[in-house]
Amino acid sequence: MPLVVLAGIVLAALPFLGGSQYLATIGLLTAASALVGQGWNLAGGFGGLTSFGSVMFFGIGAYTAAIIQTRWGINPWFGLPAGAALGGLAGAVVGFAAFRAGLRGSYFALVTLAFAEVFHVLSNSLALTGAGLGITLRLAPGLGNFQFLDRRASYAVMLALLVLATALAHWLRASRFGARLVALRENEDAAQALGIDIVRTKTLAFALSGAVIATAGVVYTQTYLYIDPSIAFSVERSVEMLLVAMIGGPGTVWGPILGAIGLHLVADTAQAWIALPGFAAMLYGVVLLAVIRLLPDGIAGMFRRA
Amino acid sequence: MPPLGILLPSLVNGLLTGGVYALVALGLTLIYGVLHIVNFAHGSLLMLAMFGTWLLCTEAGFDPYAALPVMVAAMFAMGWALYRGVIGPVAAGAGGGVRQDRAILLATLGVAVVLDNFALVLFTGDTRTIDTPYAFDVVPVGGMLISLPRLISFGVALLLALALWAFMTRTDAGRAIRAVAREPDGARLMGIRPERIFALAYGIGIACLGAAACLLLPVFYVSPSVGNSFVLVSFTIVVLGGMGSFPGAVIGGLLIGVTESLGGLLLGESLGPIGISTVFIAVLLLRPTGLFGAAR
Amino acid sequence: MLEVRGLSKRFGGLQAVRDVDLDVAAGSITALIGPNGAGKTTSFAMIAGFIRPDAGRVALEGRAITALRPDRIAAHGLVRTFQITQPFGGLSVAENIRIGAFLHVAEPAAAMAAARAIGTRLGLGPLLDRPAASLTVAGRKRLELARALATQPRLLLLDEVMAGLNPAEIGEIVGLIREIRTAGVTILLIEHIMQAVASLAERVYVLAEGALIATGSPREIAENPAVIEAYLGHGAAARLARTHSSPFDQAAPHG
Repeated sequence: MPLVVLAGIVLAALPFLGGSQYLATIGLLTAASALVGQGWNLAGGFGGLTSFGSVMFFGIGAYTAAIIQTRWGINPWFGLPAGAALGGLAGAVVGFAAFRAGLRGSYFALVTLAFAEVFHVLSNSLALTGAGLGITLRLAPGLGNFQFLDRRASYAVMLALLVLATALAHWLRASRFGARLVALRENEDAAQALGIDIVRTKTLAFALSGAVIATAGVVYTQTYLYIDPSIAFSVERSVEMLLVAMIGGPGTVWGPILGAIGLHLVADTAQAWIALPGFAAMLYGVVLLAVIRLLPDGIAGMFRRA
Repeated sequence: MPPLGILLPSLVNGLLTGGVYALVALGLTLIYGVLHIVNFAHGSLLMLAMFGTWLLCTEAGFDPYAALPVMVAAMFAMGWALYRGVIGPVAAGAGGGVRQDRAILLATLGVAVVLDNFALVLFTGDTRTIDTPYAFDVVPVGGMLISLPRLISFGVALLLALALWAFMTRTDAGRAIRAVAREPDGARLMGIRPERIFALAYGIGIACLGAAACLLLPVFYVSPSVGNSFVLVSFTIVVLGGMGSFPGAVIGGLLIGVTESLGGLLLGESLGPIGISTVFIAVLLLRPTGLFGAAR
Repeated sequence: MLEVRGLSKRFGGLQAVRDVDLDVAAGSITALIGPNGAGKTTSFAMIAGFIRPDAGRVALEGRAITALRPDRIAAHGLVRTFQITQPFGGLSVAENIRIGAFLHVAEPAAAMAAARAIGTRLGLGPLLDRPAASLTVAGRKRLELARALATQPRLLLLDEVMAGLNPAEIGEIVGLIREIRTAGVTILLIEHIMQAVASLAERVYVLAEGALIATGSPREIAENPAVIEAYLGHGAAARLARTHSSPFDQAAPHG
């Protein structure tokens, strides 16, 4: 295991060495996938709360960052806590409504999808979000402005958030709250008989998940300086989060990181091999099917068994 | 409030579209009722059927309505194969309970991702339509001009719904399916093999999409992402009508067709689609058994 | 300790439980018996908050708990086990028990220590680090018991913890239940194994077709004609009186 950690550190540090913007971009994208995957994993992996609409949190984070600076002139760094807070709030509200109504499994997946669609439609209609045109940030590079010309800086921020999210997952696995969440995933009746508050535990988990995923949205806005409804609330990104967690190992601390690396290896190789739009994404689907059939505990599960 | 002269045609249009929606939802509700799985690939399979129809019409010179039997057969085979090749094995490999439910849901999601992107590879993201000589024909009804292909689609969809209902209640195969839906173990004792019935039911559910595609294409477009817009619509219909309920799917289809049409009219192009999601969320949160369903 | 009054539940056309009154004295072992489908498990589910009764009330140590959720009731000290064992399949035996311990012990390491101690006390010592899904029926029954016990309940509702066990295993569980009571936990149990009921319970309630038909000491119950009829059918009491034996000398049919 120490060898794996060492390899991970070297891999994570690689884009900083040299000065290749290409390598930094790959690092940024992989870290972003790992971050949203880790966020999804907090609820979807540990708690078995299979959300199909967690992109709503990404979108909320992305728009929070864009709105506070373009509309209200607030410093962009404030976007991180504000985005996380609003993402967490959305998770709490959506989760509370769904869990109180007793929605589980497929029904929960569908209702989150519908909530994400509501956010999509709203952002496409409201003046606050710039409707269909989206919001473009004014180019003003600088550390104080949370805008970087060097991709390595964006990568560093994303990486720091990933470390925080992974620490959160690590805490979750060891904590009472995390144990209760896992118990709910395994058997709701038994968990409730032993004194676990189903709605509260699940709602809190979904809120945590929302807060983490939202931070990825904030960094997205600060990196590309542009956000619109179809980027912010795309179904594909919801699927990506789920895929990263499922491939890496749902309910494990390192799974989403392994999953993100695996997925980007597949995607980049595929892209280099056949550069047709859709080809890489098609492989995502194939990988998902293969994982469900052959590796229900993901890559991390493979290590554990070995 | 817009004047009646605009409201009424919009209402009628919604109702006509709702007929085809009902057919799509019937397939979904049949699959849920028998297999108890949420077929997330439903929209993508409809998209596939629409591309199939589009190819038949543009490459083989078919009329879309004449393509209907071909597409029904092709999509039945597709559904059968998908169940036998992917969904059945996943269900069998995942044990039971919550884990199985999740594995099947994710498998249907995986199928959707593969199909959507396969279509993107083959056909690119362009939006495509077919030309028919009657595309813009109208019939005057009570002072309104109603699109002929929409009217045909509506009529054929309801006829097919009726035929499906007759099949389920009047034939041995239909009765076997319903027996398995109620009592899989009991059916096994009577010599019915549930796995074959599941594949049959899934095939029939998907065959509905073959028909729906042929009825949609004269008035609708097709693109690799078109399935996405149908996923929420068809699930909304099915939960509104009650998961597994046949009459629920038909009435739900008509209601949602009207909701969508009026939503677009009253709320505008960009905000209109919120109607469907809102109905869906409200039903799931407030009345998860739907308007006509029994307890699930 | 536990006071149940007028508990009733109807499922569709079936009156599953009808107007049941029940008292469990603090420190006692009380049994609820009856033929299959008599409404025993439904009564348990209502007492523990899993099913909302149509009528009636439940009080624990004088406090009304009728409308509460199961987790609230568990927090008040009333915990049930399940007839069909419900392990957290993906967790180890010790982790399963720890979930119970977490009800009153927040610190993970302390909860784990408590869980291992309880597991060992219930004879699960060598199995603590195995996956719960790998346990035998007897092991699962013990796990149900250990998990419930780890919540530090004051009243324990045991739903057929002996069903499916062999005589040696039953003997062990009977001993464990006695120990648990000695440690100060009041027990209400559903059981089909009549020898166990006779040797454990001070008071027995008999349910048939949803209604209470008798209550008393195990001896009184064994000789009650109404109870014998309920178990063995009409006329059975008279036949048995001639042969001087009682159905409670053997185990009643399982289910």
